Amino acid sequence: MADKKVMITVRKAPHGSIYVHEAIEVMFIVASYGMNLSVVFMDDGVMALKQGQDTKELGIKGFMASIGALVDFEVENVYVDKQSMLDRNLSEDDLVVIGEDEDTEEPIKPSVIDADDIKRMMAEQDSLISF
Amino acid sequence: MKFTFLIQEGPYNHEASDSAYQLIQAVLRAGHEVRGIFFYHDGVYNVTSKMEPPQDDRHIARRWSELGEQGIDIVVCIAAAKRRGISDDLCVPGTRISGLGQLAKMAIESDRVITFGD
Amino acid sequence: MLHTVNKSPFSHNALESCLRFINEGDVVLLTEDGVLAAMAETSKSSMVKGVLANHKVYALQADLKARSVDALIEGVEVIDYDGWVKLLEEHQTHAWL
Repeated sequence: MADKKVMITVRKAPHGSIYVHEAIEVMFIVASYGMNLSVVFMDDGVMALKQGQDTKELGIKGFMASIGALVDFEVENVYVDKQSMLDRNLSEDDLVVIGEDEDTEEPIKPSVIDADDIKRMMAEQDSLISF
Repeated sequence: MKFTFLIQEGPYNHEASDSAYQLIQAVLRAGHEVRGIFFYHDGVYNVTSKMEPPQDDRHIARRWSELGEQGIDIVVCIAAAKRRGISDDLCVPGTRISGLGQLAKMAIESDRVITFGD
Repeated sequence: MLHTVNKSPFSHNALESCLRFINEGDVVLLTEDGVLAAMAETSKSSMVKGVLANHKVYALQADLKARSVDALIEGVEVIDYDGWVKLLEEHQTHAWL
């Protein structure tokens, strides 16, 4: 049961819709049930991991605090599609910190990977959930 | 095989509900098991009892109610429901409001999880 | 893997993205507005034609009929919901929304 491999893909831009925000809530729960969870942000979904998002002026609470706590909540395998980042002129420096290494206290960022890596990972999953 | 259906959009506005329903019927015809149906995001609106579509069109909430009364586990996410003002008393029979943990359980117990959304 | 695409290629990038992540042996099913990608001789037909070189592409009958799409790219196979179930028996699935 604990070994079930689940991938969550996030392809929508944040804030224009609630999909990203509510997807993060699913990530927390799936991870807490001990499933082997991988999360891949691609297409506009990569914008959800951009540093410095500020929704105050929109009057929306947003999910930025949750993104910073992904690793705390055992969502550790967080990946970003390289091409989607390039298309949107994003670099690794733009990516938000999603947690801290327990031992070294070094900040952890999402891993930027390419389409071949993602394809390989997808083929290994027991379930794939799309947001 | 065991299937879980995750439905992310509300009734009528998107085809998600309808596509899911038709596929569920086909899954049952093939002799497979529907382990669960989970409504998330605006999908929670699928089960509202005050739904009143035109008489000559499908009644989406009733469809779900009928499946639920056949014993299929139909769950509406409590967090998504609360955000959207859906409470127990507004849900059709055969459906229940519960936590995201139910989606996790359904996924663990299924061979396939199929997402219907926008 | 069974990749499902439910959005029109004229308005969304779902099909385009799907095609970046398709492995050997994977198949594509066009449903809902996604069936528009199966129309012959459109500005987007080359996408599905390209996939057909290496993968099976299916389109859902009910969605084609609803949209009165009948002139399909050669090689696209029309299936019904029962056919979709058969694909699911064989493949894990990911929805490109």
